Amino acid sequence: MQWETVIGLEIHAQLATKSKIFSGASTAYGAEPNTQACAVDLGLPGVLPVLNKEVVRMAVKFGLAIDAEITPRSVFARKNYFYPDLPKGYQTSQMDHPIVGVGRLDIVLEDGTTKRIGVTRAHLEEDAGKSLHEDFQGMTGIDLNRAGTPLLEIVSEPELSSAYEAVAYMKKLHTLVRYLEICDGNMQEGSFRCDANVSVRPVGQQALGTRAEVKNLNSFRFIERAINHEVERQIDILEGGGNIIQETRLYDSDKDETRSMRSKEEANDYRYFPCPDLLPVVVEPSYLDEVAKTLPELPDIKKARFIDDIGLKTDAADVLVSSRELADYFEVVLKTSGAEAKICANWVIVELSGALNKNSQNITSSPVSAELLGGLVKRIADNTISGKIAKQVFAAMWDGEGDADSIIEAKDLKQNTDSGAIEAVIDEIIANNPNQAEELRGGKDKMMGFFVGQVMKATQGKANPAQVNQMLKNKIFG
Amino acid sequence: MHNKTISELAQGLRDKAFSSVELTQHYLDRIQQFDGDLNSFITVTPELALAQARAADEQLAAGNATALTGIPLAQKDIFCTDGVRTSCGSKMLDNFIAPYSATVIEKFNSAGSVMLGKTNMDEFAMGSSNETSFYGAVKNPWDLDAVPGGSSGGSAACVAARMAPASTGTDTGGSIRQPAALCGITGLKPTYGRISRYGMIAFASSLDQAGPMTRDAKDAAIMLNTMAGFDARDSTCLDKPVPDYTANLDNSLQGLKIGLPKEYFGEGLDSGVATAIEAAIKEYEKLGATVKEISLPNTSLAVPTYYVIAPAECSSNLSRMDGVRFGYRCENPVDLEDLYKRSRGEGFGDEVKRRIMVGTYALSAGYYDAYYLKAQQIRQLISDDFKKAFEEVDVIMGPTTPEPAFNFGEKGEDPVSMYLSDIYTIAVNLAGLPGISVPAGVVNGRPAGLQIIGNYFDEARLLNVAHQYQQVTEWHQQGPARYL
Repeated sequence: MQWETVIGLEIHAQLATKSKIFSGASTAYGAEPNTQACAVDLGLPGVLPVLNKEVVRMAVKFGLAIDAEITPRSVFARKNYFYPDLPKGYQTSQMDHPIVGVGRLDIVLEDGTTKRIGVTRAHLEEDAGKSLHEDFQGMTGIDLNRAGTPLLEIVSEPELSSAYEAVAYMKKLHTLVRYLEICDGNMQEGSFRCDANVSVRPVGQQALGTRAEVKNLNSFRFIERAINHEVERQIDILEGGGNIIQETRLYDSDKDETRSMRSKEEANDYRYFPCPDLLPVVVEPSYLDEVAKTLPELPDIKKARFIDDIGLKTDAADVLVSSRELADYFEVVLKTSGAEAKICANWVIVELSGALNKNSQNITSSPVSAELLGGLVKRIADNTISGKIAKQVFAAMWDGEGDADSIIEAKDLKQNTDSGAIEAVIDEIIANNPNQAEELRGGKDKMMGFFVGQVMKATQGKANPAQVNQMLKNKIFG
Repeated sequence: MHNKTISELAQGLRDKAFSSVELTQHYLDRIQQFDGDLNSFITVTPELALAQARAADEQLAAGNATALTGIPLAQKDIFCTDGVRTSCGSKMLDNFIAPYSATVIEKFNSAGSVMLGKTNMDEFAMGSSNETSFYGAVKNPWDLDAVPGGSSGGSAACVAARMAPASTGTDTGGSIRQPAALCGITGLKPTYGRISRYGMIAFASSLDQAGPMTRDAKDAAIMLNTMAGFDARDSTCLDKPVPDYTANLDNSLQGLKIGLPKEYFGEGLDSGVATAIEAAIKEYEKLGATVKEISLPNTSLAVPTYYVIAPAECSSNLSRMDGVRFGYRCENPVDLEDLYKRSRGEGFGDEVKRRIMVGTYALSAGYYDAYYLKAQQIRQLISDDFKKAFEEVDVIMGPTTPEPAFNFGEKGEDPVSMYLSDIYTIAVNLAGLPGISVPAGVVNGRPAGLQIIGNYFDEARLLNVAHQYQQVTEWHQQGPARYL
């Protein structure tokens, strides 16, 4: 039987506020356990939550970026359950009236076409603390530093039909929240994590199959592997005549498998009700306008501009817009160099990104600034140096030896365009290699490379390869 | 000295008739002398009180005293007090030393008042007789066989017995007004949102409101001046200017329009109480007020509505009492579930458990619409009743309670009959309105209270109306003979 996969994602993006959603405690990651939990976070008797207005601004920003309806009056609700890392015995979340309503996000499929994915809703909630099961023999440690950290839970429609699409969607959101500067996107630290609702059904069937929720997906690689595994597991069961049980499954990245956490029967009745300690969040149209003005150029719009106005190929545009910092860097290189977009993109994507990866750096920590790289590309474009010499200059810039012009000067790397001098070199090389010259004349085109290489070697790479090529042709065939 | 009101004591302090230390010691001595029987305090804090009194005396000497500087007060044990046990009347918090102070406590501290101790109360403020306290019931100073009312029973009894000039209470369904009525003192529940709830251990968040319990309306105004006001730490506390509540006490009541809800004078009202209230209304007519009968048609729905909403909220609010971070923890738990079940099973009393179970049920999937949502709709109808009434009248009057203080054990077997003792007070909380109870008679040796209900943020008028009555009557000056 042919099977079709149906996936919906719930993504938790930790909002990049300085303080928590309902208290003034810091949200900084990695502090000593329980040093960033105040009376409110600890759920002491008598304390009350006060909404951090910044989280509302961030959620609205997100909603506007996905063309969503912003709920004029959203309501916080209590989700009641007992767990040691949930200090109040309830999580303050949003249920019936989420701040962000129906929106959409476009993803690009493997064949290059675009697919529109519906976003059902996005709501604000507080994170729980952490239970630490290791290091405490026979006991569990509780760290409440994370308790009360603001989260935006973004729920998609079940419209993703493969692990590839799920990853594309998640990457797209990951890019978007960082563009909007509402989430640092750090997946190792759990700032951006995902639960996937996965089901399969026979191709052509309308009704959805029974789903399993796969939790704990905190890397793009894991989400792809976990979904593929889960799909295989479900198909195996169904083809073996079994039934899928609605349940929550945990992905174990070490064993690369999902295993059952709890079934629907064991699920909590969360007894949601509106939180009486918090007022409804009222968002006025004027506030929407105000926030809309602060939106940056969004990735899809930037991509279209890079292709249509600047003349980049789709692949290059995709890579560059994948991060706002990378795109900004590219635009500075383009502007500083005055060179063609293609060569600028090439230097950013291939040379710079390669060096960054090799040295475990990222675009924001790059030792070569966009202005410096622009200065280098400018000298390639105006034929001061060749592409090959440029790599040498780039390496020197990386090591902090100054800007392109001073490095070219200091190392005497300026390209030699004196045709008289180059001609003398060519003559000498032809004279010294009569057999090779004969083969070239006889139609063995590969020999062209040999001669160009010899000339470049003799000029320490400073001759202009295009010029050498032309002059050689004139000598041999002319 | 102990028969004086706050305003008289403040005058005495300014005139140097006595110092705050002397005054404080006097009340501490009276607590020592009488509270063994009455049990109105859970914790007495003599060292803290005397230290605060010494500081107040310095402030008085320096000439920058407020109306409350050096005045000893009793605080309900529901308010967190930094460094002092805050039990909320429960075994669950018997070992809980609050690491911070409630906003109300901070305000009293900055006003320079003195805390004598923390008063006894029904467990987590759930009760109308003080019988649910882990620390044993408070006795009514008027008659030791009678309940003092609840939940602020300790706060009411200690003021009635002159062990404190005034105290604080909290009122979720009548917990200030009902014990004030039963103990013959003045108790004000302000508008919801008038006083910060921060640091006040939550019972039902949408209903809870703190207020003063005093000997007369003037003292209530002085207390409210300090307690009221915006607090950025409580989102439900309104950012509204605080008037001087003592400023309009002497206004004439000529032309005041009083509404008497017919539903408050029907079946179930004790005839002695009814007579006392009728006499009080006559006094108001003599003061120039006009009286008309009004209707609050949904009155009979108030108690059932309350007993859905309040338990629902408390079932969630009390979830934090789980034996994990503070409070009571059972011995040798074998696993997490055992820890939860036994800590909560052993730490909470029966009435608290009953309400947690009722509330949990009301919020459960499949029942939410039928109970919680329906209750919220009726709550709106009850608010609308009052809104309509206040289009016609300035204040609403009636009995605070259907009967004077009942005896211990009298309503113990049937929770519903206990719940009905708040029948006239509960609707006011559901609507979020202010209400005050003032002493209006003594029936068979036990006090009766007149309840005056005002429009939103109309506390100044309520206090004026109460004060004028107290200018022409002497019920508020009466007290239990043993303690005068």
